[in-house]
Amino acid sequence: MAEVTTIPNTEQGNSMKMLQAMVGIGILCALLIVLTYEGTLPAIERNKAEALEKAIFKVVPDMATKRNFTLDESGQLVPLADGEEADGKIFYAGYDENGMLAGVAIEASGQGFADILRILYGYNPKRQTVVGFYVLESKETPGLGDKIEKDTAFLKNFKRLDVQISKDGKSLENEVTAVKHGEKENPWEVDAITGATISSRAIGDILASSTEEWVPLLFEQRERLEDIKTEKEN
Amino acid sequence: MAEDTKNKGFFASLNDSPSTDEFIKGLWRDNPVFVQVLGMCPVLAVSNTAVNALAMGLATTFVLLMSNVLVSSLRNFIPKQVRIASYILIIATFVTMIDYIIAAISIDLHKSLGAFISLIVVNCLILSRAEAFASKNTIGRSILDALGMGLGFTFALFCLGAVREILGNGSFFGMAMFPSNFQEWIVMILPAGGFFTLAMWLLFFNMAKQRRERA
Repeated sequence: MAEVTTIPNTEQGNSMKMLQAMVGIGILCALLIVLTYEGTLPAIERNKAEALEKAIFKVVPDMATKRNFTLDESGQLVPLADGEEADGKIFYAGYDENGMLAGVAIEASGQGFADILRILYGYNPKRQTVVGFYVLESKETPGLGDKIEKDTAFLKNFKRLDVQISKDGKSLENEVTAVKHGEKENPWEVDAITGATISSRAIGDILASSTEEWVPLLFEQRERLEDIKTEKEN
Repeated sequence: MAEDTKNKGFFASLNDSPSTDEFIKGLWRDNPVFVQVLGMCPVLAVSNTAVNALAMGLATTFVLLMSNVLVSSLRNFIPKQVRIASYILIIATFVTMIDYIIAAISIDLHKSLGAFISLIVVNCLILSRAEAFASKNTIGRSILDALGMGLGFTFALFCLGAVREILGNGSFFGMAMFPSNFQEWIVMILPAGGFFTLAMWLLFFNMAKQRRERA
């Protein structure tokens, strides 16, 4: 009888010890993670905001000042103060030194090869082209997929990418498409990178869906965007 | 675990005082990459540029150091049956911390290391040091061991990263090394280039080792 009871007892003691160790370490680890998260959050958010700010000026050439806007439910332009949050999507209008609209920066995202890709692109309503492009966040394969951020030939695609509005003003005349490297013939095509086809195509798709949605809306608001700036200066 | 028994024999002769040899062995004699050939995933994947290699090496050193300290200080508290699970939990914690810390230091660096930061969790070098060393030794010794192994790992990654960046990108730390007509060896920044470079370094280290033994 004594033998029968001692064996489960030690086993119970052992599992208690295991449980204690695992729970103890778990709590300690959770505490460490929470502390680091809380401690680094302000710096990370500041870095991210800085990166976005820098990127906005990069994707709209000749930009001197920036103003944030959003569209309300009826499609009307709503100006926002710096850092103000909004229910809808925020976009960033850039003005040149003379106060003329230089372009609009829009954030877009979609599935890349490895993870979600977050990009920022500049749209110029006067020229009706995409004028700049920047990758905000990507986990694409180093040395291959991450060329979408650095390859100069690829980035040249976005200096003058045609996103002309169709006659009815509701959509684009030609959808942005990615084509195989060296086969670009039309101004609305994106010349892909050899060895990074999937990532290049992902960029093409993200741009296609975002421009399809945003370019007609922004094109309609182009005069209003310019007026708001002049109103403010007067 | 041949190394394990070797360590024990070595410690017996050394009694219990921390020694610089703990530090030196990871840097050179038992270099984790060139001698033990451990943790090959980041070695081959993130060594495409010198900066990436250095950052990855230092991040790994941080995780190695912190996990060795914690494992060593909890070594009498963790039951044998759940030790691997505990070690992984501890390692994953420090990897998550370094992930946040790198993002707080520089978003650009965080961007270029990408998914490989989270993959430090499965670096077998870290688990092997926790299992083979920190769980059996004092905190002071474990710190020296982690620093030696971590810096040895960083050094090895840097050796690979420098060669691959110079040949594959024509640059070193992002600065151009050659006139613009230099044709980059694209293969060197592709995975295959990692294997080639690693093989060359292993060849070099083994030759040096043989020469030392003969002398």
